[in-house]
Amino acid sequence: MSTELNGFAWTFGPSIDTDVIIPAHYLTANTKEELGKHALEGIDPTFASKVRKGDIIVAKANFGCGSSREHAPMALLGAGVSCVIAENFARIFFRNAINIGLPVLESPEAAEKVQPGDEIHVDLETGAIYNVTRGEQYQASAYPPAIMEIIKAGGLINSIRNKIAAQAEQQATTAEATA
Amino acid sequence: MSATKPMTMTEKIIARHAGMPSVAAGDLVDVSVDLVMANDVTAPIAIREFKKTGLAHTFDPKKVVMVPSHFAPAKDLFAARNCEIMRTFAKEEGCVYFEIGRGGIEHVILPDKGFCRPGDLIIGADSHTCTYGALNCFSSGMGSTDIAAAMATGMTWLKVPETIKVVYSGRLPEYVGGKDLVLRTIGEIGDDGARYMAIEFTGSAIHDLPMEGRLTITNMTIEAGGKNGILPFDEITREYLASRTNVPYEPVVADEGATYARTIEFDVSNMEPQIAAPYSPSNVFPLSQMVGTKINQVVIGSCTNGRISDLRLAAKILGENRISDDVRCIVIPGSQDVYIQAMHEGLAEQFAAAGAVFSTATCGPCLGGYMGVADEQDVIVSTTNRNFRGRMGHVEAHVYLANPAVAIASAITGRITDPREVADLVPA
Repeated sequence: MSTELNGFAWTFGPSIDTDVIIPAHYLTANTKEELGKHALEGIDPTFASKVRKGDIIVAKANFGCGSSREHAPMALLGAGVSCVIAENFARIFFRNAINIGLPVLESPEAAEKVQPGDEIHVDLETGAIYNVTRGEQYQASAYPPAIMEIIKAGGLINSIRNKIAAQAEQQATTAEATA
Repeated sequence: MSATKPMTMTEKIIARHAGMPSVAAGDLVDVSVDLVMANDVTAPIAIREFKKTGLAHTFDPKKVVMVPSHFAPAKDLFAARNCEIMRTFAKEEGCVYFEIGRGGIEHVILPDKGFCRPGDLIIGADSHTCTYGALNCFSSGMGSTDIAAAMATGMTWLKVPETIKVVYSGRLPEYVGGKDLVLRTIGEIGDDGARYMAIEFTGSAIHDLPMEGRLTITNMTIEAGGKNGILPFDEITREYLASRTNVPYEPVVADEGATYARTIEFDVSNMEPQIAAPYSPSNVFPLSQMVGTKINQVVIGSCTNGRISDLRLAAKILGENRISDDVRCIVIPGSQDVYIQAMHEGLAEQFAAAGAVFSTATCGPCLGGYMGVADEQDVIVSTTNRNFRGRMGHVEAHVYLANPAVAIASAITGRITDPREVADLVPA
């Protein structure tokens, strides 16, 4: 995953719930491509047709509240969204996004100041958010090391695979040493 | 004197599963899990991600539970395929699996069948997994990939949550129950008032509340953003479990001096039934402020209020009344066992004869799946847990969340109604 992102902002209010991010009657679909066609349909039926690849969602507090459906961050990825910046996130959505490789950044300042259509540049390594349109810079909260490890691995499953491989290697080394 | 610092119930369970003497809010820890759950919406993705780990088997198939509930019996070809993916995997792996006609909604059947025990740590790919905390365990909802990782390793990571203590004092008035207590609380603290936090529910009103009402309370912890809801262990917990499990368990008690982010107290003695108006479960009013609103559909069921005591309460108020000609009333038991019990007690016949639909167990209309999807003009009173825009179908539909007594009273009159108004019509 590239650690530098560039896109145009779509702004939303507080408590954008998973039922408007991906309405439940689409939950029989399991791919981000299919789900992406209906992203945010519950609040803006034109979003999926207008959003461009790389665009960035900037929202107020409690983004992604409601159900545990991983289909919600999948739909945003499928629609081409490169990153979500919010004042803060609902807990399950935050985990799901990190796990499947959708970058999510907490920045109350960005949530307050970014306007629709602003060009935004994000450096995921440092958490710096640069508003190209307004010449402003905001700083996102840093990830705890355990979460950074998942992001760097490219998602939770890759991180688990790395751990399993490391364990196997260690066992092989131990077996060799005792042979 | 204990060498460790005083802990909340949630901290104690997490410490126990992290193999640490103590933990504190904010710590990130790896914990073992006692049970992992997924349903027909979340399991297909969890299974796909599990297979990517390269592992041949789950960590322990007897601790992996899969339940078709949301769009089951299959509502269309896609749902049928998802159910089949889950069914095949569960059978090949030897996971615990509840076929339709033998199960129901996971959050009704798992506590009822003894899968949730005090002191346990349970995660599930459904946000209402927090239900099980009524049994003095830690339970929390996660997404499919987190569940896949736990299926592979038997572990997950958690940030130890701060705890909000909610104390309900006084005695519950008639027709005020678990649903009203939790709605009142969500209305007070907001839809993110417990974001990332645990809620500990205590007080005399909790002590007097039967287990099914308690499960309704913890069920809706997520509607305030909570990670888990938890209740103290008491005689009611012990009795509930006595006929359901013979596996030994170890309850947790909050230490004297444990740290709470805040404490909120409610005197419930004069509390009215509560109702959440569109479009948030936190948009809560006392019932009297909403009485008279015309409605055209009522749903009684779900993981929140689909238990036998919920159906009994609705049937008691229904009496010999009929459903209003202007209302479609859909009654859905939360599980096959509730369904059978409702038949046995004559409730099924009573609802059906009064002009209601009486269905097999499913989540169905709660999330706009099927069996009562809302259209643009619909105004619904529902005993379910969410009334976001589009939750039950059309984005313009209005959904009011209430307890089963308010729901059935409203079904009888065609407008939002205080159950006492209808109950008074019928001789006891």
